[in-house]
Amino acid sequence: MAERIPMISVRDLYKSFGEHQVLTGVDLDVEEGTTCVILGGSGSGKTVLMKHIIGLLKPDRGQVFVEGEDVVPLDDLELERVRRKFGMVFQGAALFDSMTVYENVSFPLREHSKLAESEIRKRVLDKLAIVGLHDVAEKYPAELSGGMRKRVGLARAIVRDPKIVLYDEPTTGLDPITTDYVDEMILTAKEKLGVTSLVISHDVASSFKVADQIAFLSDGKIVAHAPPAQLRASTHPVVKLFLSTWFGKN
Amino acid sequence: MTDEGQRPPGRAAALTAAVAWVGERAIAGVEAFLGVVSLGGSVARWMVRPPFRLENLFAQFDFVGVGSVLIVALTGLFTGMVFATQSWSAFERFGAESLVGPTVAITITRELAPVLSALMITMRAGSATCTELGTMRVTEQVDALETMAVSPVQYLLVPRVLAGLLMGPLLAMLFDTAGIFGGFAVAVLIKGLSVGTFLLRTQDIVGPDDVTEGLVKSAVFGLVVMLIACYRGYYASGGAKGVGQATTNAMVTSAVSVFILDYLLGLLFH
Ligand SMILES: Nc1ncnc2c1ncn2[C@@H]1O[C@H](COP(=O)(O)OP(=O)(O)OP(=O)(O)O)[C@@H](O)[C@H]1O
Ligand SMILES: [Mg+2]
Repeated sequence: MAERIPMISVRDLYKSFGEHQVLTGVDLDVEEGTTCVILGGSGSGKTVLMKHIIGLLKPDRGQVFVEGEDVVPLDDLELERVRRKFGMVFQGAALFDSMTVYENVSFPLREHSKLAESEIRKRVLDKLAIVGLHDVAEKYPAELSGGMRKRVGLARAIVRDPKIVLYDEPTTGLDPITTDYVDEMILTAKEKLGVTSLVISHDVASSFKVADQIAFLSDGKIVAHAPPAQLRASTHPVVKLFLSTWFGKN
Repeated sequence: MTDEGQRPPGRAAALTAAVAWVGERAIAGVEAFLGVVSLGGSVARWMVRPPFRLENLFAQFDFVGVGSVLIVALTGLFTGMVFATQSWSAFERFGAESLVGPTVAITITRELAPVLSALMITMRAGSATCTELGTMRVTEQVDALETMAVSPVQYLLVPRVLAGLLMGPLLAMLFDTAGIFGGFAVAVLIKGLSVGTFLLRTQDIVGPDDVTEGLVKSAVFGLVVMLIACYRGYYASGGAKGVGQATTNAMVTSAVSVFILDYLLGLLFH
């Protein structure tokens, strides 16, 4: 194979909501088995971009390829097939509030596999332990703190060991130790399972730790896309400003 | 209309506003109608596709059907009693008290049972369904389902709509029973009509067609009110306020639809 197909490939993506232009020509490639972090200001369209990749939103124009297949024209049924490759962590966790933590995390397994209950139990408790949660399995989301809910969302996203995991701000609102845990988890998933990850983050420090590539979204475009070390040398004014807020403090 | 801007807001402006308001309403109405129909189509498509989640279905049967038993029975009982009391005082004038039984039975089976039990389903199950789905939508739980490669239409809407379709007629039958019993209680136990007269006259005049009409209507109503609740909730937006609005909308649309459909289906039967 002379040229590898990227796991995710976004081409010239446009999206507006009414008059409001959010994405204006996004291009982004994520190679298989790598971690790409998307940085960008609040409201810059990071979540909107991620929702296009998993087909929750349809673009006004442009293409999204997942393993070489354009997912934009797919209908619901075909999208289901593509979505089985994914796990997604929502910015607001998006747990099913009528279900317990255990039911939430086991949900993808029940829907898409015929595992025995004992095996399901093992996997669920395993993933909950990875995100540092114990003794919450029988609680309902409403009984948890925001950070705990986020971690349940993480466990649910990775419980089927998907090929691609989309993390929308996985560590926002978590304490530093848990943040470290989650960073380690993303790294381990990449090293042990070859998972491809796309991570939206505001946390420059953890981005530099987990990322193979960092893409910077500004004004509806990816204005910089480079490995972390090179990004620090970027001359783009918004990127410089963004990074200086963190590196400046150290 | 050219010098609209210069004139003080007067009758013409008020008229324009009124016409615009009616126009907007009409367009919104047509949009909603098409939306409900197309959602109904996709519910039908997902209904016949595996997996069949019986557990979800029975949970909805329980919620929509079993949960409405008491309220429907009570409504039916008192409707029958009120109706018997009123028709007694009317029929008494020309000595036709024996017709109270069949009058109550026909009106209840054909009209009151389907309409009133559909309104009870709307109030109880429809409102809860709309709020629940709306909340799931605005908190991204619906999106989460989709990303897990589970169709929210199949997982959430199919069981709810089916519950409306199947529980509608069952609840109407319960209403029939309670209502006719209410009529019996008033005519026989209170007013002193003989048991034989009440039963014989009722059996003579009320036929299976009356019951069929009622059951067909109540199946359609059950389907429609749950579909409307699902439609409004599923497409809710704008946070808690939006969910509240969706529910209000669903209640109003459902109730009006029931009355309109009752008339249209009535034409079909007679
Ligand atoms: N469904 C929608 N309807 C209308 N506008 C939307 C919708 N979703 C997002 N937007 C708009 O798109 C813009 C980008 O939103 P997005 O959620 O992608 O921001 P973000 O980069 O994820 O920000 P944050 O870091 O705060 O999460 C925002 O201005 C938002 O108002
Ligand atoms: Mg976001």
